[in-house]
Amino acid sequence: METPIIVKNLTKKFGDVVAVNDVSITIEPHEFLTLLGPSGCGKTTLLRCIAGLEDPDDGEIYIGDKLIYSHVKGISVPPGQRELGMVFQNYALWPHMTVYKNMTFALEIQKLSKEEMDRRVKESLEEVKMSGYEDRYPREMSGGQQQRIALARMLAYRPRVFLMDEPLSNLDARLRMDMRTELKRLHHISDATTLYVTHDQLEAMTMSSKIAVMKLGVIQQLDTPDKVYHFPGNLFVADFIGNPKINLMPGWVSRQDLVDMGKFNIPVKTYNKRGDVVVGLRPEDIIVHDTPTDNTVEFTAYSVLPSGADTTIIAHMGDTELIIKEMGVSKIQMDQKIWLSFKQDAINLYDKETEDLIQS
Amino acid sequence: MAVALQESQSPGQLWQARLRRFVRWITTPHVILSIIMIVVMFYLVIIPLYRMVVTTITVSEMDLRMIQGVEIGDLTLYHWIRMLTGKIGQLMTYEPLVHSVTVALGATFLALAIGGLMAWLVCRTDIPGRETIHMLAQVPYIMPSWTIAMAWLVLFKNQKSGGTMGLLEFITGAPTPDWLAYGAFPIIVSSGLHYYTFFFLFISAALLSIDSCLEEAGELAGAGRWRIMRKITFPLVIPAIASGFIMTFSKAMGTFGGPNVLGLPIRYYTLSTMLKSNTGIGNNGDAFVTGIVLILFAMVTVMLNQKIVGTRKSYETIGGRGFMSKKVKLRNFKPIIVAGVVVFQFIIAVLPLVLLVVSSFMLRDGNYSLENFTLAHWLGKGDIKINSGEPGILRNPKVWMGAWNSIRLSILTALFTALSGVILGYAIVKGRGTRLSKIVEQMSFIPYVIPGIAFGAVYIAMFTKPVGPIPALYGTFALLVVVSVAKHLPFSARSGVSAMLQVGKELEEAASLAGATPWRRFVRIIFPLTSTGFVSGFLLTFISTMRELSLIILLVTPTTAVLASMTMRYIENGNDQQANAVIILLIVLVMIGNFIISRFRGGSLKKGLGM
Repeated sequence: METPIIVKNLTKKFGDVVAVNDVSITIEPHEFLTLLGPSGCGKTTLLRCIAGLEDPDDGEIYIGDKLIYSHVKGISVPPGQRELGMVFQNYALWPHMTVYKNMTFALEIQKLSKEEMDRRVKESLEEVKMSGYEDRYPREMSGGQQQRIALARMLAYRPRVFLMDEPLSNLDARLRMDMRTELKRLHHISDATTLYVTHDQLEAMTMSSKIAVMKLGVIQQLDTPDKVYHFPGNLFVADFIGNPKINLMPGWVSRQDLVDMGKFNIPVKTYNKRGDVVVGLRPEDIIVHDTPTDNTVEFTAYSVLPSGADTTIIAHMGDTELIIKEMGVSKIQMDQKIWLSFKQDAINLYDKETEDLIQS
Repeated sequence: MAVALQESQSPGQLWQARLRRFVRWITTPHVILSIIMIVVMFYLVIIPLYRMVVTTITVSEMDLRMIQGVEIGDLTLYHWIRMLTGKIGQLMTYEPLVHSVTVALGATFLALAIGGLMAWLVCRTDIPGRETIHMLAQVPYIMPSWTIAMAWLVLFKNQKSGGTMGLLEFITGAPTPDWLAYGAFPIIVSSGLHYYTFFFLFISAALLSIDSCLEEAGELAGAGRWRIMRKITFPLVIPAIASGFIMTFSKAMGTFGGPNVLGLPIRYYTLSTMLKSNTGIGNNGDAFVTGIVLILFAMVTVMLNQKIVGTRKSYETIGGRGFMSKKVKLRNFKPIIVAGVVVFQFIIAVLPLVLLVVSSFMLRDGNYSLENFTLAHWLGKGDIKINSGEPGILRNPKVWMGAWNSIRLSILTALFTALSGVILGYAIVKGRGTRLSKIVEQMSFIPYVIPGIAFGAVYIAMFTKPVGPIPALYGTFALLVVVSVAKHLPFSARSGVSAMLQVGKELEEAASLAGATPWRRFVRIIFPLTSTGFVSGFLLTFISTMRELSLIILLVTPTTAVLASMTMRYIENGNDQQANAVIILLIVLVMIGNFIISRFRGGSLKKGLGM
């Protein structure tokens, strides 16, 4: 099914607070798009506007080729007729109904036959590996199981679009990993257009085909996870994405291919722009040497934090601090002198005024 | 983009879109329900208050004799001037006002002291029999508020009232002094002993819900037990105290039974008894001035109280796990304290009933010899020498009618209150944050601060004549139902809201995504999840209506009399024993209702109080 979601100039206010500010976004058919951002950025509100649970103040929304919301035309299709399925943060399983009743509630409204309902319940439970749980009540299941049932309830409905509002945030870390695997698998099989809301960048990076990073009701960048990570569109996105955090340092472009950092210079790709910039450099794009070589800068290892798979090194020079990530276990000792070089291709420059990425 | 779309529309399309948006808004279930409730509450609360004010400044037929050169319907300040100035003002307004405030404050502080102490003993010390104390503390709630006052009469009355003497005078032989028998002191004590239950329930709930870490942190900081109580515990229960204060003070201000029983013999009038005596002679203009003074005074007190405590805090209890590992050890004082509590609870919960029962078996009041005991007041055929020929209450068709009126009034009130609770809860919770929801919530709160008897008076003003589509209801049974439901609005709103809040909004949203209509969502999701709360709400309204007097005393007629109002009539006629028998009958009926409550899962007194 080719079901894109098209949002045009959507605005939603709560009193004086603008939760979603003139947002336009297109979610292509079959895409797994994640709305990512800190709490209060408007991601959940945007999702709820699409679901029809909030009435926006302006704009238009299409699902497929059907106009489901338009302020100027005064149209708003009720949530139940938008053919969407949703998984809520706290699952929203009806506590007074069994799993079977929970799953067939929507199907009864569609007036499906008993056989069809039984078939769908069986299939959906199989898909989430919860066969045999038809007669349980929600409180008789663990959080992870409830989560799967919430998913199965959505699947049984066979919606054109999946909406998920932080579905994994109530699970413990281990279960979350398992569910990420399952959710991605589920999307792979069903191929349904999926809109996913989370504040967890790892979830966003690992599952999505596209990520929309939001801040204060505005989409900052809409791109593939790879692009969002390696070419963050502005300083907010650069700072928000990545763990450990990206290194952001003020500098000055003195020549086309050199940034003057004050105490040292960083060679970069050719830029046409001159003037004040901010240099963005991922921790894993800094190479540590224990002896000085060409084009290296001397730092001191302030703290060394091995985690097994990799080691995070905090390096100081004067009041400049850099976070470095080295694969494996590092030989560097604390307070040891180290020499750093920078992967030239990985360096991003940002305009100090506009905070936007400078295209090379 | 949006701008471009807007420009391409013709004015006609623009209006059509606006209309569609408006229709969508107005057909949202919570908007429809809010509007319905606003209209209903406007009729039930705002218009009556307005009519009451108008009555006091309009010349009525009765006033023509008093004021020269005016016609019916003219504006006049006559009633206000008469009631607020000179000798009459002194006698009919200022003195009763002072009495009312004295009695209400006295009763409230007495109730606070007893309730607070009991709550502390139960929640914070190692006192044994905690459950029993807790249970007995709720007994006053099921008794009519003037039960203790009537028992007081049996014990302490002197020959001033009806020429018979109380038990004390009979034993000592010396006449009981007036201050002990009638007036401020007995009214304060009897109402304080009755109302302590509210403070006990509110404060113990607050004490139990305080997160014990807060107190433990104080202990770790080196604070002594007394300092912790003063600096940490007490400030945390202040909101509960404030809630109890508002509730008790407003009830005590508007209470009629106690002051009527214990005040009238020495002409100790409060605003509520003054209101009754003025409406009794048909002088509504004067009576309503008293009513307005009463309402204003109660409102000002509530506002002051809110201001001192802070508006926001007074209706929130403190979240947290109610667990206290360390209890204060009573040590050597334990036997004394336990004995004190037992005696106290006996005096409040058991003794009044015993006295009333005994008195109801006495042929002649004040004669405690054995041959004076009889079943005449219960089963007598109606001897002209006894009680002006009234038969025993179990044979008296009037009593049976009163009982039936009480029961059907209570059932109907409980039914409509439960219904309005569902509607108010839904309208307020679903509209949270909108102005409409706030208006509904605030309107539903108004009856809370209007003392019971004044609220009844408001309804005389309203329904003596037809208003809009509503016919003249004065003297009908329907009016009693209307006034009881209206007075319960604040409680139904609060319990409705708390029940609705327990149903996460996602549960309804999930259903609406599944395509369920509002009606279906209500029947399948909301109602099943809130029903237990409404069942207990229903039964509690039943109980509180059964023993309600102040609210309806001004509105009952001989055919619509309920048991509560009949006790007052018997007392006024000097038939104390029959009054006592009727009150026993009333308590038995309430107990049956209470028994039914305990059958239902989740039904408890606390929930009914909206805690």
